Amino acid sequence: MADRRVSPWWTVSGLVILLWALFPLLWMVSLSFKDPDTFRSGTPTFFPENWVWDNYKTVFSDSLFTSALRNSVFIALIATFLAVIIAMFAAYAIARMDYPGKKFLLSMALAIAMFPQAALVGPLFNMWRNLGIYDTWIGLIIPYLTFALPLSIWTMSAFFRQIPWEMEQAAQVDGATAWQAFRKVIVPLAAPGVFTTAILTFFFCWNEFLLAISLTSTDKARTVPAALSFFTGASQFQSPITYIMAASVVVTIPVVILVLIFQRRIMAGLTAGAVKG
Amino acid sequence: MTLMQERAAPEKPEITDRASRERRLGLMLSAPAFVVMVFVTAYPLVYAVVLSLYNYRLTDPEGREFVGFGNYATVLTDPVWWSDFGTTLIITVASVAVELVLGFVFAFVMYRIIRGRSLVRTGILIPYGIITVVSAYIWRYAFQLDSGFVNQWFGLGAFDFFGERWSALFVITLSEIWKTTPFISLLLLAGLVQVPEEYQEAARVDGATAWQRLVRVTLPNMKAAIMVALLFRTLDAWRIFDNPFIMTVGANDTETLSFLAYRQNVTLVNLGAGSAISVLLFLTVVIIAVIFVKGFKTDLSQVRGDK
Repeated sequence: MADRRVSPWWTVSGLVILLWALFPLLWMVSLSFKDPDTFRSGTPTFFPENWVWDNYKTVFSDSLFTSALRNSVFIALIATFLAVIIAMFAAYAIARMDYPGKKFLLSMALAIAMFPQAALVGPLFNMWRNLGIYDTWIGLIIPYLTFALPLSIWTMSAFFRQIPWEMEQAAQVDGATAWQAFRKVIVPLAAPGVFTTAILTFFFCWNEFLLAISLTSTDKARTVPAALSFFTGASQFQSPITYIMAASVVVTIPVVILVLIFQRRIMAGLTAGAVKG
Repeated sequence: MTLMQERAAPEKPEITDRASRERRLGLMLSAPAFVVMVFVTAYPLVYAVVLSLYNYRLTDPEGREFVGFGNYATVLTDPVWWSDFGTTLIITVASVAVELVLGFVFAFVMYRIIRGRSLVRTGILIPYGIITVVSAYIWRYAFQLDSGFVNQWFGLGAFDFFGERWSALFVITLSEIWKTTPFISLLLLAGLVQVPEEYQEAARVDGATAWQRLVRVTLPNMKAAIMVALLFRTLDAWRIFDNPFIMTVGANDTETLSFLAYRQNVTLVNLGAGSAISVLLFLTVVIIAVIFVKGFKTDLSQVRGDK
């Protein structure tokens, strides 16, 4: 620590990393502004010869995309909300209580985090059709919240462990029940951890693709990642590339905003569950 | 199971009132998570095991018949399974190896950098948060002949990256690496921060070079973090689906095991053989996890948080 010189070399390396992380985004934005009509003619270049908004106009007038965007937003938000609530109860119990089955629950969460989702698409496809929830929001929300639970439970129980115990005990000494102590004392202290977990869970649901294409068949419940893979462009004579990139830019914007605002929280959340301090 | 037993015998004499209340509340709070996880993973998995013992196509429901382990024999003697196994293995080993090195470099820079520290940490989270399908399209269009700049920039002429296996796997792996290196680098950074600075100091006093300090002091003290990062990334890479689906649709021997499971179950609705593939895929994941936990002694109690 003592002789750590402020070498410009580290800053240069940092810039290289930044370039590596952001360069593909630049390419995506550049493609999304290219003219779809002249796209196929001539040698491809990195930047557009003339910048046009056509792709964004097409994307927002295409019901395939707008309905997918609506599905994505609501499915991700509802699944995140439910996962965080369910995980919050479990994480609280894990961090604070001693009860049989605790180790089993943690092991089960770990197993599910490693679970290959592709191994479930067949049975879920069949089950969901029998239950009548194939190609519905709820049919995606249920598996999303399930696969988000392990991450949510670890992240939150890691945060919950850092909350001062004594405050809860003090509340109980003052006559509060365990439930009241949870609601009135722990919840306000736990809010930052819960919020961080919600961001990570939202990223997971927003990103998910395999279940989205396996458990949907129409634009009733198809999310953006699934819709992107079906996008064919305005007409069969145009390449869909520029449209897909415009749609990609649109769905990347929320991610960039969340990262910019909550950088510290996301970093803390990502490492909280996995490597204990 | 434990839930039932607890309800049946709520008050045992040796347990105090308070402890028993705590146990009951703990179980109640865990129950929703437990029920949902069983309903969506354990039950379908058992269902898959049952289905895998039948010859069952949704296109021919009448023809359903019990075939025992016949589907497993069919799958395991089919070259497609082994080709996809090989593809998955190549992508997993290549991406995890590169990510470990790259992730460590990133972690080290993020640890040491002072000017622009939060800028780099913010920037690196963007690939982490981006939709994998979007990442797949970005990289595909960068390499694709009619849209990409890569061939122009590197003077590759009309070389079609997606026209043959190895170059297609290269692009798939590149997208995977770009998207997931941030995750591994953040886990490694968390491990790096925990290496006591005094150890470095002591080694320096003893005349160790920077390389020796890295190999003898820093890395051994980060072993837990490295193993956990490796385990998670290996299992994650093993499940790879989005990138090959978007980039090649499995053409030119770039189909992975998850893709095969999807194709058999959802596209071909061949639920018997598809379920056998599902179960086998699950078993490969279990084997990888066991190798890490038993073979490499990865300490999962840290991950589970029950230590």
